[in-house]
Amino acid sequence: MSNSLGNITTIAKRELSAYFASPVAYVFIVIFLLLTGFFTFMVGGFFERNEANLVSFFLWHPWLYLFLVPAVGMRVWSEERRQGTIELLMTMPITPWQAIMGKFLASWAFLALALALTFPVVMTVKYLGNPDLGVVAGGYIGSFLLAGAYLAITCLTSALTRNQVIAFIISVVVCLFLILAGWPPVTNILTKALPDNRWIVELVSAFSVMTHFEDFQRGVVDSRHLLFFLSVIGFSLFSTSVVLRGLRS
Amino acid sequence: MIKVENLTKTFGPKVAVNDVSFTVARGEVLGFLGPNGAGKSTTMRMVTGFLPPTAGRVTIGTHDMLEDPVPAKRLIGYLPESAPCYSDMTVHGFLSFAAEIRGLRGDAIKTAVHRAVEMCFLENVLHQSVDTLSKGYRHRTCFAQSIIHDPEILVMDEPTDGLDPNQKHEIRQLIKRMGEKKAIIFSTHILEEVEAVCSRAIIIDRGTVVANGTPQELKRKAPNAGAILLRVNGVAAEAVTGKLRAVDGAERVQLVKDENGTVTARVFPKSSSNGEFSKAVGAAAQGWRVEELHIEEGKLDEYFRSITASDTAKK
Repeated sequence: MSNSLGNITTIAKRELSAYFASPVAYVFIVIFLLLTGFFTFMVGGFFERNEANLVSFFLWHPWLYLFLVPAVGMRVWSEERRQGTIELLMTMPITPWQAIMGKFLASWAFLALALALTFPVVMTVKYLGNPDLGVVAGGYIGSFLLAGAYLAITCLTSALTRNQVIAFIISVVVCLFLILAGWPPVTNILTKALPDNRWIVELVSAFSVMTHFEDFQRGVVDSRHLLFFLSVIGFSLFSTSVVLRGLRS
Repeated sequence: MIKVENLTKTFGPKVAVNDVSFTVARGEVLGFLGPNGAGKSTTMRMVTGFLPPTAGRVTIGTHDMLEDPVPAKRLIGYLPESAPCYSDMTVHGFLSFAAEIRGLRGDAIKTAVHRAVEMCFLENVLHQSVDTLSKGYRHRTCFAQSIIHDPEILVMDEPTDGLDPNQKHEIRQLIKRMGEKKAIIFSTHILEEVEAVCSRAIIIDRGTVVANGTPQELKRKAPNAGAILLRVNGVAAEAVTGKLRAVDGAERVQLVKDENGTVTARVFPKSSSNGEFSKAVGAAAQGWRVEELHIEEGKLDEYFRSITASDTAKK
């Protein structure tokens, strides 16, 4: 087993170094930080709220990630396919699953790094008031899982095509659906359209990341929500392995 | 070391590889020949475990490639057709990664990278990004990757493709040297390469093996092998062919060229060529101004063309 961990680490290290080999990683981090700052303080009205919490910060994460996470993950498999290096990777003495995990974890770690660099927001709110750090931690955990779910979906779409742009667009569409299914304006329409069938609305919104991200923002780490994000990740990565196997036959 | 049994691969209705079997032992260099699209790459991809076969079996060492892929893959070094490399890495980074994924750790990585870099003449570009390399260097970088763990088995898909003549020579020497201790399969279009490097060659056409033997054996099967080529000056073509046809043991005579008074003709013996026949031809040529007279040993490319290429050449 230590061997399989070693293989995953080797793959992950290579992936991470690939991010930082070009300016893309730095550009991404800067854009992410600028946008979170802009949305939190300008659009979200952080100061006008006059509350010592990060609601206006986490509120925007599903929307920010909608574009930024596919941008990070789109190259994961499509680039391997385009360059033909997938043939090298798949003839190395590792299992496909180790390659999938290594690549996913590397990109997830990269997103975690970007997320961690938002710490000045926490320091600001800490300086200005007396926030509940448990709630803040819950928000961060939720945001991290949300990014992981989007990323796993992007890994899947990336394995489907050798074109990064197509991978990006498909992932944005899928992730957008996962947002909209539980976004109040949409659920309101559904409720009005199906007044007698509330269960349909609930079923649809149960698939949304919004529904599951909400509790995290309030500092509640519910196992059901945890399970939701982890199953989206698990399902997407499993599908990735199916797609990759299909490519080779 | 490598045992391939009844390997078949179909892509939808198209049969890419059909019932291919062969073995490669340690110390053997197997040349894989065939026209484009004959199934060479597909076969190699199945041998290296990239593609699962539709039917048949690949055994590497003692490991079945389908049932026990990881230990089987550990024994193989593979150079794919287009020599892919991670272009966002430096040569050093790429080779270190290859060494690490092959299970080497710590100082062993450094030693392995150093060794491969030296063997493939990559010192000058060691810290250059793969992106910026010329095709020859890229190719050698991928080649270095395939030998980084000093594998017992090497599978190389057109290892000299896109190299300049000097580099081709270097790589051939390298393959030949390594072939003494390893089991090597490589594919090529260049037939002289087969004669220079291989201990055995397989010709594959439309997915099936059509010939398997040492380069000498294959050459002997060439249509012109054993014929006697005669070039004389100052004699009419009819006179030459007429006299040659009368030679004892001659099956047929082919007029190759008749130009500026120089006639080139080829005499095919009935049975396999021997000294007496060539003496008889020599005797027939007595009195002519002979510019050239020799027994043709046959060319690999003639044989290759006679059994592959066109649909008219059926075996």
